[in-house]
Amino acid sequence: MTITAILFWFLTVLALLGALMVVSSKNPVHSVLWLIVVFFALSGHYIMMNAQFLAIVNLIVYAGAIMVLFLFVIMLMNMNADSEPQKNQWLKLAGAIAGGALMLVLVAALKDTETRYRSLEGAEGNIGLIEQLGKVLFTDYVLPFEISSVLFLSAMVGAVVLGKKD
Amino acid sequence: MSKLIYLVPLFPLAGFLVNGLGRRFLSRSLVSLVGVGTVLASFLVSLLIFMEVRQPGFQAQVVHFFDFIKAGKVNIPFAFQVDQLSILFLLIITGVGTLIHLYSTAYMHEETPPHFARYFAFLNLFVFSMLLLVLGANYVIMFIGWEGVGLCSYLLIGYWFKNDAYNDAAKKAFVMNRIGDLGFLLAVFWMIARFGSTGFSEVFAQAPEATTAVITGITLLLFLGATGKSAQIPLFTWLPDAMAGPTPVSALIHAATMVTAGIYMVARSHVLFDLAPLTQNTIAVIGLATALIAATIALKQNDIKKVLAYSTVSQLGYMFLGLGVGAYTGAIFHVMTHAFFKALLFLGAGSVIHAMHHEQDIRNMGGLKKYMPVTHWTFLVGCLAIAGIPPFSGFFSKDEILMGAFMKSPVYYALGVAGALMTAFYMFRLYTLTFQGTFRGTEKQASHLHESPSAITIPLVVLAILSVIGGWVGIPEVFMPDAHRLEHFLAPVLSSGVIPGESEGHLSHAFELMLMGGTVLLILGVIIYAWRTFSRYEKSDVPATGLARILENKWYVDEIYEAIIGKPLRALGGFLNSVVEKSGIDGIVNGVGRGVQYAGRQFRLLQSGQVGSYILIMVVATVLFFIIQLFWKP
Amino acid sequence: MPVNYYIFLSVALFCIGIAGVLTRRNAIIIFMCIELMLNAVNILLVAFSKMHHLRALATDAATTVGTEAQLFVFFIMVVAAAEVTVGLAIIVMMYRNIHSVDINFLNRLKH
Repeated sequence: MTITAILFWFLTVLALLGALMVVSSKNPVHSVLWLIVVFFALSGHYIMMNAQFLAIVNLIVYAGAIMVLFLFVIMLMNMNADSEPQKNQWLKLAGAIAGGALMLVLVAALKDTETRYRSLEGAEGNIGLIEQLGKVLFTDYVLPFEISSVLFLSAMVGAVVLGKKD
Repeated sequence: MSKLIYLVPLFPLAGFLVNGLGRRFLSRSLVSLVGVGTVLASFLVSLLIFMEVRQPGFQAQVVHFFDFIKAGKVNIPFAFQVDQLSILFLLIITGVGTLIHLYSTAYMHEETPPHFARYFAFLNLFVFSMLLLVLGANYVIMFIGWEGVGLCSYLLIGYWFKNDAYNDAAKKAFVMNRIGDLGFLLAVFWMIARFGSTGFSEVFAQAPEATTAVITGITLLLFLGATGKSAQIPLFTWLPDAMAGPTPVSALIHAATMVTAGIYMVARSHVLFDLAPLTQNTIAVIGLATALIAATIALKQNDIKKVLAYSTVSQLGYMFLGLGVGAYTGAIFHVMTHAFFKALLFLGAGSVIHAMHHEQDIRNMGGLKKYMPVTHWTFLVGCLAIAGIPPFSGFFSKDEILMGAFMKSPVYYALGVAGALMTAFYMFRLYTLTFQGTFRGTEKQASHLHESPSAITIPLVVLAILSVIGGWVGIPEVFMPDAHRLEHFLAPVLSSGVIPGESEGHLSHAFELMLMGGTVLLILGVIIYAWRTFSRYEKSDVPATGLARILENKWYVDEIYEAIIGKPLRALGGFLNSVVEKSGIDGIVNGVGRGVQYAGRQFRLLQSGQVGSYILIMVVATVLFFIIQLFWKP
Repeated sequence: MPVNYYIFLSVALFCIGIAGVLTRRNAIIIFMCIELMLNAVNILLVAFSKMHHLRALATDAATTVGTEAQLFVFFIMVVAAAEVTVGLAIIVMMYRNIHSVDINFLNRLKH
């Protein structure tokens, strides 16, 4: 087992474990913390795939900003205890089964794809670096970039309007 | 000249449109002018064409105007047939039609102008339809006219539409005709399927190749159509009820148009009928049966128009007997003479009714001869003609049919003569009760008795003259060799039929003369008996018994039809209404509604309003679609 | 590592997210599950970007194939950030109104 393989399996297991804990923890605060673990594992994957800039952005935006926002809201609502009354166990089971079935079907659909043995190792490219991404972003994708700034503005206004006490 | 043929039906159509559309604006005299003038113009054009057709060596022509129906291999042109047969009918229809129109101007004078115009519009449409029927060069055009006369008879019989009984009579005529029309229509379909064409010449050319069964089927269906239009058993009951219409309409239906359509159609299709002996026998038997049954009914009727109506049914039976035994010329000849004397009799009866202020019961008449001499004398001529006294026209035509029947079977002849004797009896019973003896009506009626105006008497006189001399175009060979001009005239069209001139060669002249003489003597005897009996007639209220009672009730035919057709149909209708409609169809309709409501209530439970369950359903559906995509290989 | 390891990782994360959305009722946790699913898509995009880049490198040493996929991930993050802002604001509003974040109380659609 090479070092990449060991890293890959470690990060994968960590991500899946984190995801399962997000779904299953009773305490929302724990869920948030496990989600941060997932994000860290995914960032590791990004780095392994030479997407360094995305890895950093993922950590800063998701694990940093968004998760803090979640935590903030949860604490604001004082929901650190499990406030979820369990009424219908069957519906829960049905949801789990449906998710599992979807996974089965997707795996069955994708396991024979043409590209399944294409390796992702070796040959570090430089496309994941900020220089290359920035070049493309501010030339070919400048219009979507500007539009996304408008989106942010409108989201901000929307959040303020919604949060205003009326 | 025959290029002008399109004018013949065009004039009455124009008259119909003018009078029909302008009925609120036109004055009564203008309406009369248009109504009579258009038919008269048709008559004159027909006369012109007749002059050309009667030239020796005239070839039958098909005048093609435009393609009427073109679908696949079937091409039905709008074309007119100009030959001896159709031109003869044109003359009868427009000639007698003109006289009846003229008569109507006086007879209908009490109507208000819009109704007066409506009457003439219908009358013109009637003539137009009949002309179309006669002129059509294929069965489809003929069928248009065939339907047209049915419609017009409905409109005219129900002309006084405020009277329910008249409306019922109109409906009866229409429905009875529809039954026959269905037969005609099926025959046309069969012809299209078998021959691919409905043109007379095409069908007749191909007919010998078809099997006898096919020809018999087609001809029987055609004959069913003819029984409807020409009032034969079993569809004859509408004609006596058709008396509900104004009297000139009755004259038009009985003499010039409508009822002769069946005769014309069979004569026109004689090539087909010659190939189907079974149909011919059926026609002969039904014709004879109709002639006898109608004659027996006429013996005991007391309504002046009813007697004439049943006599028409009876005479039509004779014509069909002639057609059935192959004496086509005789049948056509009888159509012609019958048109003259029956129009005369009806118009005479109308004159009497007019004078009696719409009293139609002959038991309340009598002694009218001194009040209305013209009507009296012309009516007498008509009676003599229909009874078959030489040298009046009816004698020649009826004699020709009876001779044709004798060739086929002496039984036909004997029964035919029996019918003729009954005809003589009821006609002179009618005549004597009406014109001889003493007046039996009320004082008020007596004071109003008067001769009718000239618009009524002129057609009567013209028709009386025609009734006398009309038969002279067909004098049998016994009296004058080569004198049967009608037969020579019609020979090109009816050539394959049994030509009486040739077939009578089998009978010796002496024997034929003996038969004729015997018949005439018998008829004379019956006339004298009837005259003597009924000139001393007194009204009595003793109800009739036995056979007389049955005859008075017209053999209970209407009641029998009611019992075996009307009642079961109504029962079926009630059953369909109460069971199939109410519980079946309504049940299905309401059931669909209830089912949808129930399903809606059940499905509503799926709508929990919780987003989670919706997503669950969505995921399950997605999984299903994936599975279908993966495992379902088309 | 073959690319379908990453595909299966992505599928697994996505389906865990789905199961979370279906089983949990806490609006905030459902929201987090949605973030999980978004990230599953992200990792797939990055994996394909790498795959195509490696393929193109074999012929051209200076190729930039695969940049777009990473930019898409970037845009997804942008949109997710905006979405979280508004979504959390809505949850706060909801809590303020019904004093709960249980989505089972949000069954107004039924009526």
